Amino acid sequence: MRTPQDTRNFWLLAVLGGVLTLAGLGAAHYMELHGHVVTGMDNQVVWGLPHVFAIFMIVAASGVLNVASIGSVFGQPTYKPRAPLSGLLSVALLAGGLMVLMLDLGRPERVIVAATHYNFTSVFAWNVFLYSGMVAIVALYLWTMFERRFNAWSRPAGIAALVWRFVLTTGTGSIFAFLVARQAYGSALLAPLFIVLSFGWGLAVFLIVQATMYAWNARTLDIAIQRRLARLLGIFVAASLFLVAVYHLTNGYFAKQQAFQAFILRDGGVFPLLFWGGYVIVGSLVPLVLLLHPRLGDARATLAASALIVLGAFAWLFVFIVGGQAFPLEIFPGWQVSSSFADGAIAHYVPAMPEWLLGIGGLSAAFLLTVIGVRVLDFMPQDDLAAGH
Amino acid sequence: MSRRGFLGMAAAALGGVMLAPGIRLIEVAQAAAPSAGANPAARWGLLIDVNQCAEGCNACVKACNAENGLDPAPTRTSAQWIRIVQVKETKTNRAAQLPVMCQHCAEPPCVDVCPTGASFKRADGIVLVDRHSCIGCRYCMMACPYKARSFVHENLSDQKPDVPRGKGCVESCTLCVHRIDRGERVTACAEACARAGHHAILFGDLNDPDSEIARRVREIGSTALRADLKLRTAVRYLGL
Repeated sequence: MRTPQDTRNFWLLAVLGGVLTLAGLGAAHYMELHGHVVTGMDNQVVWGLPHVFAIFMIVAASGVLNVASIGSVFGQPTYKPRAPLSGLLSVALLAGGLMVLMLDLGRPERVIVAATHYNFTSVFAWNVFLYSGMVAIVALYLWTMFERRFNAWSRPAGIAALVWRFVLTTGTGSIFAFLVARQAYGSALLAPLFIVLSFGWGLAVFLIVQATMYAWNARTLDIAIQRRLARLLGIFVAASLFLVAVYHLTNGYFAKQQAFQAFILRDGGVFPLLFWGGYVIVGSLVPLVLLLHPRLGDARATLAASALIVLGAFAWLFVFIVGGQAFPLEIFPGWQVSSSFADGAIAHYVPAMPEWLLGIGGLSAAFLLTVIGVRVLDFMPQDDLAAGH
Repeated sequence: MSRRGFLGMAAAALGGVMLAPGIRLIEVAQAAAPSAGANPAARWGLLIDVNQCAEGCNACVKACNAENGLDPAPTRTSAQWIRIVQVKETKTNRAAQLPVMCQHCAEPPCVDVCPTGASFKRADGIVLVDRHSCIGCRYCMMACPYKARSFVHENLSDQKPDVPRGKGCVESCTLCVHRIDRGERVTACAEACARAGHHAILFGDLNDPDSEIARRVREIGSTALRADLKLRTAVRYLGL
């Protein structure tokens, strides 16, 4: 039943999301007009804050679909009623992430060229297919869930979506994994690492949205379901932490990588701070306690943990993307170097306002799509119906 | 109209809007006439003699900036196609300086990663950026091990007619391709270095066994930067 108050709240949220999305579009227009000189980026840090936002959303878009997969592919009844919401969030996050990625291009008006000229050795070109295919498959999947006549197709569509998003996140990790030039990248571990990170980030986003929807409708989530989701999130966070640790241990073992490791983990100022404080403590250890401690793990602790995981995700991505570029390229191993082009120098990147606005604009676009989707179609998880009452 | 009908119509309309311009562009692209193309028998390259590169001299950088219309007083965001790098060996304290530019790899990582094929290698081995299809994603800058590429961060004015450039695209040393295509056989940097009396930069065809560059790399030990990456660069260094 929709009350007038519901309608008012919907419009409030829609206007909020719309205004922030417009601010992001305005920032992108400003960047296109003046060039990237109005951002904090330069010829050393060429991917900045917009990529942090974009890659967070694209990775989370894949992970958020987990809930649907567990429901329709693995037949878990608790997850089935959550599948539509999971699909909606996936499409919304993907749209938000791609919006940021495209508007941060040097020539965003030429984005159609990426659809007419393909270089099949480029991971980016693969991703053009992977991202558009993902939207199409999830849209079909949602259709099979909402259209009763097609319900039988829901499982095959779910399997297709599951396979596709594994490939998609492999593709996102491979953007970096296939880079031979820089110390931070060029590791096959990045593909599985991104997949596992996507599980945690996606589920965290899902739980935040679900908690908001339950609060809005003044309903309480069944405690057993709540506990189960919290434990699952805890496992994802622990697995991510493990893979991140292996990645750094491998690098620490190779003499040629040790200077980079020391930079990112100890000497690099903001990067070690964000890594240890932001990702490890705030984004992983505290959420693990909140989620897995026997006396915690209630709705409020789960929500807090989810929010911290998202913050930790941004911290990790900033370290990974910006920190990986801030450390100088090693063109002359064994030599100290300097030049007018910042050879041998640590880059100091400070994101500028247009970058923040564009990133937040993308998140807002995903938020707006979710708010509208939830209003127009029925995405509220119906546990009582699923249980057969 | 029913909600279902509306959603269907909206999806169809959106699909049409997304696809139509692309289909139109394919026709336009196919209408272009093929050009003469580069000489596939040649492999243009540079040999840089570090021992001849005089301390404090940056004649090559100035000449490149003037030739290609680049910023003579570069800022943090300016394009720098060639730069002088001061190097000091950590173990021996041996100090030197040398110019670094696009190494025109035979296996260029920038070409591999470019989503639209804007980064490409000509038949004569010169690695270039097609300014019409570069979308400014900067993936090539992430991939280049030599930091050879620059992104045009702001509006440009007073460009050289031979060297079209544009805001929002990535660019790098073209090995003075406009000179080569006119039949000239020296780059602006090599010419300026010789004029300054140092002769530290030698330009030529590595595939021509009688050329001076081919003779010298055959007779004297030279090395590629980051030779471990096996990119088979066309720029080689002596005395490093």
